[in-house]
Amino acid sequence: MSPEPRKAPGSVRELFVFFSLLALQGFGGIIAFIEKGLVQNKKWMTREEFLEDWAVARTMPGPPAINMGIIIGSRHFGARGAFAAVLGVFLFPSFLVLGLAVLYSSYGHLPEVSNALRGMGAVAAGLLIATGIKLLTALPSNVMGLRVCAVLVVVTFVMIGLLHMRVAYALFGLGGLACVYAYRCLGRHRAADPASSRKDRGQS
Amino acid sequence: MSQDPTVVLALIDWWRLAENFLILSAISMGGPLILLPEMRRFLVVEQGWITNEQVTASVALAQSAPGPNVLFVALLGWNVGMNAGSYWTAFFAAMLSMICMMLPCSLIVYGAARWVQQNAHKLFVRAFKQGMSPVVISMLIASGWTLATAGTELQADWPIWLLSAVTVGLVLWGKIPLVLLIAIGGALGALGLLGGV
Repeated sequence: MSPEPRKAPGSVRELFVFFSLLALQGFGGIIAFIEKGLVQNKKWMTREEFLEDWAVARTMPGPPAINMGIIIGSRHFGARGAFAAVLGVFLFPSFLVLGLAVLYSSYGHLPEVSNALRGMGAVAAGLLIATGIKLLTALPSNVMGLRVCAVLVVVTFVMIGLLHMRVAYALFGLGGLACVYAYRCLGRHRAADPASSRKDRGQS
Repeated sequence: MSQDPTVVLALIDWWRLAENFLILSAISMGGPLILLPEMRRFLVVEQGWITNEQVTASVALAQSAPGPNVLFVALLGWNVGMNAGSYWTAFFAAMLSMICMMLPCSLIVYGAARWVQQNAHKLFVRAFKQGMSPVVISMLIASGWTLATAGTELQADWPIWLLSAVTVGLVLWGKIPLVLLIAIGGALGALGLLGGV
């Protein structure tokens, strides 16, 4: 779709450095940084592709942002790539956070510290919301159609954001229903246009 | 604030610590933070290795530090080790907890990622990705919303809400590096412009 040629990480080392740098910048969660880094800066994938991988990463056990690293890493360099991505995400931040734990026990009670953390938390919240809104722009190509997608987005938000229901209900209840519906839509598409059955997302 | 407990860890206890995270890892669908009550039950109530305050501080610290939020698990281990005596046990417990929390789920995801890649053209794989997409996007927005609004009220904490809203706008239409936005948020907070303590 995009006029620019698809890029890819050149080496396992590049992958490791990429995820290390992201993880070190990513205060309050790193998914916003991963999305911007992969889609906008490196252009290793389109927003639509990112969204498809994110759907898998979010439904598997483990932290979704790290699952994303495993998916991207294994796609390009197999097990070595997956390991490089996970190591990149963890290596430096884990030393940093342990160092902070030591500092925190001495300075954590200062009002400036907790107020600064409040401010950083508010920005981190904004980053998450903005990343979600950016991903919404990939929905028009969804097979279920924009109207059904909009209903799913709103209902999920009400369930989790407003009613604070368990994530599993939305993920496997509502998400499960959506998958069944998407399956029917895809089947209908294929019946209407047999040629499209050969296409998959690799051919853009 | 309760006194941090003094803990003696036998070999079997190290195994229990590892086993606990190994099992939780495999069932951490939707992210490890969902399992926090389970971890609290095991570490605080059952074993008495750390206090509730230490659990809460671990989560807060991991969320405000760079890196993935799941590092709170390393901090839980760190606190267990600190209560057991030294920086060395703390460091070892932190690494053990983190590795055990990441190993099973990473292997599962790796297997799943390979499988999904090989079967990407299959109808039900495509249906899964297409069907889940709107739900997982909305969950991302909802988690940001929860983070922005938890424990705040519009009237008293409107500067915080405003900062979150402005951040959304700047990310969507600005070209400012994300880490700079975080730094600005921290500075505004430290200067006392957002209210707070």
